[in-house]
Amino acid sequence: MTPPTLAVWKFTSCDGCQLTLLDCEDELLTLAGAVRIARFTEASSAISPGPYDVSLVEGSITTPEEAERIREVRAQSRVLVVIGACATAGGIQALRNFADVEEFRSLVYASPQHIGTLATSTPISAHVAVDYELRGCPIDRRQLLEVLSAFLVGRKPDLPDASVCTECKRRGLTCVMVADGTPCLGPVTHAGCGALCPAYRRGCFGCFGPVQDPNIAALTAQLRACGLSEEAIDRAFRTFTHFRQETAT
Amino acid sequence: MDAFGLDGLDELVRALIADGHRVIGPRRRDDAIVLDDVTGVADLPSGWGVEVAPGRYRLHRRGDDALFRHSAGPQSWKRFVHPPRRKLWETTDVGFAAAPDDERRLAFLGVRGCDLAALGVLGRVLGARSRPFIVAVDCTEPGGLCFCASTGTGPSVGPGYDLALTERLDDTGHWFLADAGSEDGERILAAVTRRPATADEVAGALRDVTAAAGRMGRQMPALDLRQLLHDSRQAQHWNDVAERCLTCGNCTMVCPTCFCTTTEDVTDLTGDHAERWEHWASCFEVDFSYLHGGSVRTSAASRYRQWLSHKLGTWHDQFGESGCVGCGRCIAWCPVGIDITAEVAALAAERSGDDVDV
Ligand code: SF4
Ligand code: SF4
Ligand code: SF4
Ligand code: SF4
Repeated sequence: MTPPTLAVWKFTSCDGCQLTLLDCEDELLTLAGAVRIARFTEASSAISPGPYDVSLVEGSITTPEEAERIREVRAQSRVLVVIGACATAGGIQALRNFADVEEFRSLVYASPQHIGTLATSTPISAHVAVDYELRGCPIDRRQLLEVLSAFLVGRKPDLPDASVCTECKRRGLTCVMVADGTPCLGPVTHAGCGALCPAYRRGCFGCFGPVQDPNIAALTAQLRACGLSEEAIDRAFRTFTHFRQETAT
Repeated sequence: MDAFGLDGLDELVRALIADGHRVIGPRRRDDAIVLDDVTGVADLPSGWGVEVAPGRYRLHRRGDDALFRHSAGPQSWKRFVHPPRRKLWETTDVGFAAAPDDERRLAFLGVRGCDLAALGVLGRVLGARSRPFIVAVDCTEPGGLCFCASTGTGPSVGPGYDLALTERLDDTGHWFLADAGSEDGERILAAVTRRPATADEVAGALRDVTAAAGRMGRQMPALDLRQLLHDSRQAQHWNDVAERCLTCGNCTMVCPTCFCTTTEDVTDLTGDHAERWEHWASCFEVDFSYLHGGSVRTSAASRYRQWLSHKLGTWHDQFGESGCVGCGRCIAWCPVGIDITAEVAALAAERSGDDVDV
């Protein structure tokens, strides 16, 4: 049996999520035996032509060219997995969705006329059908291996839509919000990181994005009680995955 | 009854370890009193107290060296008898193997009345598993969120202990009154340097424990809760709670009796090795009520209602008792301070047509 092919694609992003693949040091050799890495330009310039069995897509769509290219990637991929906050929610660059891109363009670039960009940064799912989403900035190594291992034996990956708090408590951590008054987005943030930040006595800043139907209004009231200003609350909800701030009143 | 000092307590811990136990007790870590391995009195949180309010928990220095006067922390003994995550079985190319049980015998040091009752409740749910050695401690200083007096589970410890202690701090010093509740308890107590307690000492301790019942920060309304929850299925109040509830699941995770779990299957990249793991789940998770095609309880109101209705209502039908022992953890460790006693009072007020604004 020939091993399935894996391709890695990059759109507007920092490469951190792709690097998680290389960070799977202990498993990398086994992975290279289980799949044929057909396209992964971070690791090798050799590119085999498609179609591909699994595509990992990093980054958001911010240019007209990217909006075209993602359709080609979809057409060549049997299973498409989007990885990271950029690909699943638009990423930090989606802050532009709340601002004037023309103004950024003229301020940031010496020759703004050469910059072709869209007014918004959008997740991959806004353009093509997506099979699985891995959240996080960056993604979690274990979750990446889970999706790939599940694909290889043909089972559904375990990516529960629960709060970071459930992981925090299972891990036996002491809640930073209750015990220290430190603001934490864990109650409305999608699990997957294993409560990384609270393990270091820091509040979660929401890099895995919202759970289904987050109660932003109730958490906003609690963040105020923790002493966060309205501006800081806005920033907390918008930075990584722009939680739907309009519901926060 | 017997009496011994701090040295005696140290001897007790060492006797349990020498007897082959892994001793778990309260320790200070990360701004809280957590439960972890202890090897002697020096590990215990001497002089640390706790101040609790809904959604709030703060450690503070006490004016004395008390070891056991802090109300419920973020963890309960549940995590040692019903672990948050454990392997059930694995299969490899050579076959199927059930995961071995952890053979170490556990000893719990400092189990309060509410938590002793909770271990009983959990035991009746989970069925026979090896029973830990229990050193219980009477409560003379309830916290602001405690209500074990109204659930009939404290402040004095009920049956089921191997040893019961009452911590005493008076002009004669820092000492413990001890009572053996089992043959094992008597055997371990025999290894401790002790003296018989006087009748006055026993009466003084009893007086303080009895008085503690009147100083609970909370009270569960004295009603037929099973009936109330049964009658409250359509209550408007569930929507009121849902506006505040984050559906984060902290309440169920900290509750010493919530027992729900789910399983996850793990395979490796070679596909030759598969494992099934069990981990705590919560009725506040959307996935919890997933049936073919979707989840049954999607609204926050239906999820909170599920929790309360099971805990205080249908638990009676299932196990013949209430699932709440009045420890107050769910109130303290709810990030937005939702108070089970206040929500029950509000449901009762709605049923009776009174002002819901409690
Ligand atoms: S520290 Fe944050 S993630 Fe952990 S329980 Fe508290 S609110 Fe939830
Ligand atoms: S705790 Fe929150 S911010 Fe930290 S890694 Fe996890 S999801 Fe991201
Ligand atoms: S419901 Fe709350 S007060 Fe009752 S036993 Fe559970 S955590 Fe303790
Ligand atoms: S009652 Fe509190 S702890 Fe429980 S799910 Fe709601 S917000 Fe979380």
